Amino acid sequence: MSKFKKKKSGGIPAVNTAALPDIVFMLLFFFMVTTVMREVTLKVKVVTPQATEVNKLERKSLVSYIYIGEPTEQLQSQFGTADRIQLNDAFATAKDIIAFVEGEREQTDPAEVPLMTFSIKADQKAEMGIVTDVKQELRKANALKINYSTKKTDKIVD
Amino acid sequence: MARRESPEINAGSMADIAFLLLIFFLVTTTMDVDTGLTRKLPPPIEEELENPPEIRERNVFQVLVNANDDLLVEGEPMLVSNLRAEAKLFIVGDALDESMPEFKDTDVPLLGRMPVSKQIVSLQNDRGTSYEMYIKVQNELVGAYNEVREEYAQRKFGKTMQQLEDGAQATELFEQQLKAVKKVYPQRISEAEPKNMGE
Repeated sequence: MSKFKKKKSGGIPAVNTAALPDIVFMLLFFFMVTTVMREVTLKVKVVTPQATEVNKLERKSLVSYIYIGEPTEQLQSQFGTADRIQLNDAFATAKDIIAFVEGEREQTDPAEVPLMTFSIKADQKAEMGIVTDVKQELRKANALKINYSTKKTDKIVD
Repeated sequence: MARRESPEINAGSMADIAFLLLIFFLVTTTMDVDTGLTRKLPPPIEEELENPPEIRERNVFQVLVNANDDLLVEGEPMLVSNLRAEAKLFIVGDALDESMPEFKDTDVPLLGRMPVSKQIVSLQNDRGTSYEMYIKVQNELVGAYNEVREEYAQRKFGKTMQQLEDGAQATELFEQQLKAVKKVYPQRISEAEPKNMGE
């Protein structure tokens, strides 16, 4: 008798939350797997220009970045405001690019070296002189597949 | 009372811990897709060619950008917004027009032998040109080629370039058609070494 009574007196039964940790874990693993940690701290200000005819960069592990722009505000007292090249975590000159390319190649599977792309992330206010120097050095290093990092836009303005 | 059941571990806070980690990864994740203009640099020059191949002036579409980001196309000042249409006209060409590029019979997959324009786009900029301007000009030139190819693919094969590119891996026909379009309108953007001009 008492068994039946108990059921009725309960009111609304609590929602079973036993599966909640499982759901959260599932989401957690998804984000853990998809996360790509930013591997460099930017020392230069880069606002990439906009373009309409952009391609997506596939295979991020095969992409190496070359940053060009003026030093960030904290570093301007030390390095001035002239445009600079950043490779990995440090400022560099155009002369260092060949060594950088070689270094990147060593870290890549030899079979995939021809697929490597060097992405130039240059600030829109940067002058072409420094960008051209970088391009010439890339040519010398035989890194011919390059990408100008741009944002996608619908229309180009004059 | 020989065996006492071990007390169950309270897993109530597991969800909290997982949530904490989840929020951490949510915040640090950057879902940005990197986009950009993919280009191919010319291989390094071994030595000066003794006899550089002669290119006639009518085959060259000359684009100059100076340090003030002014554009000079075929000797005429121009706005970036007009560059694409002008470049398209040049790429498509006109066999009857003396000032337009010459045509040369070339073997094209699927289509056989047909005249293909000998067009070349030559881009030269100053060391003082802004990168933004350079990208704009590059973008318009690449865009002109893309549009010309797109129109041709639709007229000739009734498919968009996107369809051809997606199907090229799977279907032989699509691959051939894609090759044909690229052969009829090859993308030739030549970049000269920059000069210090107009400073």
